[in-house]
This record gives sequence, C-alpha cells and structure tokens, in this order.
Amino acid sequence: MLAEALFFSAVLFTIGVVGVLTRRNAIIVFMCVELMLNAVNLSFVAFSQVYGVAGQVFVFFVMTVAAAEAAVGLAIIIALFRHRQTVNLQNINLLKG
Amino acid sequence: MQPTLPLFYTFNFYVFGIVAIIAAVLFVTRRSPVAAAMWLVTTMFALAALYIMMDAQFIGAIQVLVYAGAIMVVFLFVIMLLNLGQPSDVADARGRGWKLVAAAIGVAMLAQIFALTRAHVQPSIPPGYLARQIEYTGVIAPVAGPLFNEYLLAFEVTSVLLLAAVVGAVVLGRRRTAVEDAADAR
Repeated sequence: MLAEALFFSAVLFTIGVVGVLTRRNAIIVFMCVELMLNAVNLSFVAFSQVYGVAGQVFVFFVMTVAAAEAAVGLAIIIALFRHRQTVNLQNINLLKG
Repeated sequence: MQPTLPLFYTFNFYVFGIVAIIAAVLFVTRRSPVAAAMWLVTTMFALAALYIMMDAQFIGAIQVLVYAGAIMVVFLFVIMLLNLGQPSDVADARGRGWKLVAAAIGVAMLAQIFALTRAHVQPSIPPGYLARQIEYTGVIAPVAGPLFNEYLLAFEVTSVLLLAAVVGAVVLGRRRTAVEDAADAR
C-alpha cells in the first residue's frame, strides 16, 4: 500500500498548500499548515513499512513540533487580535510596507 | 510489502484515504472556522485509521490523542475566545487572481510529488518485518527502542523546544500591565 499512501499524502499536502494560498482567515491558514504536517506524517508512516521504524520516531518529533508551533502561533494570533480586532490577513500587512 | 493483501484490507485502506481527502477539501472550502475545524478533525481521524492499518498502532493512538484531541481543542478554544464562530463574509477567500495562482501552484506541486512517489523504492527491511516485530514485542517497543537509543539527543532537545514554546506562548498571550505601559510612556 506504499504507492497509495504516498498518493493520499501528496493530495492532502497540495490541499493544504492551496488552502494557505487562498484563505484569509489567519486561524484557517494555520490549520492548513497542520494539514500539511499531517500529510508529511502519512508519508513517514508509509515509508516506515519499507525502511524500518525510524519513520515512526520522526512522526513523533513532528507531532511535538506541531504542538509547540500551535501553542506559539495561536498566542501570536491572540496578540494580533488584541491589537487589530481582526484575524483577516488582508488587514495585517504592516510588514509589507 | 506483503505479496497478497486481503481485499477487505485494501478496501478499507481506500475508504479511509478517500474520506481523508474529501474531508480535507471540505475543510478548506468551509467559511465558518468551527465547521472547518470539525472537518480537519475528521481528516485526522481517517489518517489515524491509515496509520493503524500500516503497522503504526502507537502513532495512530497518539494522532487521535494529541492531534485530534489536544491541538484541535486549542484551535477551537481560540476560535471561541476570539468569538469567530460566525461565518464571516469579510472577503475570507482571496480574489480570482490568487485562486488561479493557487490552482497553478497546486497542480504543479501535485505533479512533482506524484512523480516522486513513482520513483523506484528499494526496501531495506523484508516485507512484513514490522508486523512480525510487533507480534513478538508488542506495539510500543519497536518505537521506544530507537527513540531512547539512537534519537535520545533529539528527544532531549525536544523538551527544551517545548519549554521555549510554553514560555513564548505565555509571554505573547499575557496582557500588558499598567506599570509597563507607564514605563513605555516615559
């Protein structure tokens, strides 16, 4: 089932990329990033069937990084909302100059 | 890979994969953040089922507990905290130009990744090795062994990462006190 799992993983990753590019709600963009991480995890697990269990250990680390990223990212979103009263990325473009 | 897989296994594998993809498509097209989060949870459950079918039972359980449980609850909590539950009509999706660019990039990436998955894979362990290992030692031992031997340093560094994330989240999320505001004004 390696080829099928990799196909599902590729489709999910692409859906995540398209979501990041087309949505403006910061929280949904953030959830799209989580979807991309999940797609990569699926690839890792699929490859662990043919290359040994190290892939599953990597999934473990990816999940830890995702948890840390969710905590910090959502704190940033809350701080942004407190300043601008919005999470629409169109209104949060100060760095663009 | 096993030479002959039961039809039941193959059928279920496709069912969960297709459920994951459909839920992901619904997730990026929903307007309401809460509905989107619910569809993302569905995707994660389907992925957990796929993990379990690919001899990664422990990862499947962790997927449900940590991803579908903890991380998505944090997301829903923030949606609730910021009162974003209503589907907002404030031009959430980007314009036509952005959508075309996104579609082009999506198709290009899909073609690239798909071409990569067609590459010849030389298995380094015999087929069914993982399943036999799990049969002998249980589900957790094959993951725990490398985690605490070969990858011990990475495991320890992870704890520092989590500490930094906790401190960062607290610092970013707290309110500024009046004393600090006065100090800045001076």
